[in-house]
Amino acid sequence: MSARRLLNAPQIWLQRHAQVALASLGRLFNNSLGSFMTCAVIGIALALPIGLHVILNNLQSISGGWDSGASISLFLQQTVSDDQAASLAEKLRLHQRIEKVELVTKQAALAEFRRLSGFGEALEALDNNPLPALLVIQPKTDYTSAETAQLLVRELGLLPEADIVQLDLQWVRRLQAITVIAQRAVLVLATLLGLAVLLIIGNTIRLEIQNRQAEIEITKLIGATNAFIRRPFLYTGFWYGLFGGIIAWLMVAISVTLLRGPVANLASLYESAFDLSSLGWLNVISLLAASAVLGLVGSWLAVGKHLSAVEPS
Amino acid sequence: MIHFDNVSKRYPGGHTGLSNVSFRIEPEEMVFLTGHSGAGKSTLLKLIGLLERSSGGQVHVNGRNLTRLKNRKIPYHRRDVGMIFQDHRLLHDRTVFDNVALPLVVSGLGHKEIGRRVRAALDKVGLLYKEKEPPATLSGGEQQRVGIARAVVSKPPLLLADEPTGNLDPDLSREIMDLFSQFNQVGVTLLIATHDIELINRMNKRILTLSKGTLTRDSQAEDPA
Repeated sequence: MSARRLLNAPQIWLQRHAQVALASLGRLFNNSLGSFMTCAVIGIALALPIGLHVILNNLQSISGGWDSGASISLFLQQTVSDDQAASLAEKLRLHQRIEKVELVTKQAALAEFRRLSGFGEALEALDNNPLPALLVIQPKTDYTSAETAQLLVRELGLLPEADIVQLDLQWVRRLQAITVIAQRAVLVLATLLGLAVLLIIGNTIRLEIQNRQAEIEITKLIGATNAFIRRPFLYTGFWYGLFGGIIAWLMVAISVTLLRGPVANLASLYESAFDLSSLGWLNVISLLAASAVLGLVGSWLAVGKHLSAVEPS
Repeated sequence: MIHFDNVSKRYPGGHTGLSNVSFRIEPEEMVFLTGHSGAGKSTLLKLIGLLERSSGGQVHVNGRNLTRLKNRKIPYHRRDVGMIFQDHRLLHDRTVFDNVALPLVVSGLGHKEIGRRVRAALDKVGLLYKEKEPPATLSGGEQQRVGIARAVVSKPPLLLADEPTGNLDPDLSREIMDLFSQFNQVGVTLLIATHDIELINRMNKRILTLSKGTLTRDSQAEDPA
């Protein structure tokens, strides 16, 4: 008989684990309201950093996308005539890093100013046109990164005709810097909330151990090893973590769905085809794995601390 | 099977549970342990089940020196000692079957083997037809029989019972004692603590009497039979 038992040992071990896992799952469902609330608290704690992470990812793709839209405004010296400006524009169109050059002549600038400002009559009083010519330069897409665009700005600034060179990239760079700070902040937040999840699960398991004190004593009397007694609590922690992760995922997914319409609307106003992205499958799987591991670790800590205190008498 | 050699148990705070107790119980014996409440009966049983450790002397049970047994070996020792309690100590959120199955689950037996053995044990105590009931719906005597089935289901060589008939009327007490005698007849060693003098006198078995923590009488020593 003992030989048969040995042969069956791995099978029995698996069977036993599956049984304990299902039993602790059943226990959670028996007290579904309480378990749901615990899972929801874990879910909210996890959803916060995950949601921020999704927002940051989207911000990054926005700032990345708008890099290519960055253009350089080259204001020419007041003394440069429209003809000279036109020939400079021709010259720059041949530049290897420049895609497109748009010329705004002094005349055109004046006309636009007159139309938009309402100072038409005051301008009549001036004997010459005070506005400079402007070249709006679009760098080639290969040279749109912040660094290479900056090089081009410096080069253009050295032209004798140049007065002021403005790169409309400043805000993108600021946004990128802010994003990096925000990423750090999300990391810190995620760590703190991860600790909170550990504490929540640890405390829940501690209460569970207290509630089942009599049962633990009886199983110890009957000759259960500590591993045997620990097992259901570890599975309970695992389930709490996993369900908390699933709730976090659902909350983030629903939020993204709710935001998608208004964001698309806003993007269309900016003539952008920007689409709000949610969590990828890989992210979801890592989220669930991480939350399950958090649950396991939280219950392990609680069990290690409180189970040895329960001795039969 | 059980050998106490000059065993003492003192509790923190100075209370003495046992002092210098020595006796020997051979395999397949059935022995009663009696004395007033507080005489040390429960303490003595707890030392055998390693619910407590002695403060002095040597305790040997089933070939193991309990004085030197490491904490992590205690579960394996307890599997060889079936324990029966006055308050039954059943789990009320499970069926009778699951309660009796617990010792087998704990020692990692297969599903089929568990079913077979649990039904055999429940049949032995006459409660097979109640296997699916929760213990709370059973009478006190029935609950005690469930406790006995749980203690014998893993076929331990030694059974300890602490006031097993404490809450039962004489008829039920006699039934329980008959059950114990049957186990004894198939080779199980029993040590039963009780203050029901009338009952044990009728059983005509060896009696150890404790008084204030010392062994004051061993019926076998006076009247070897």
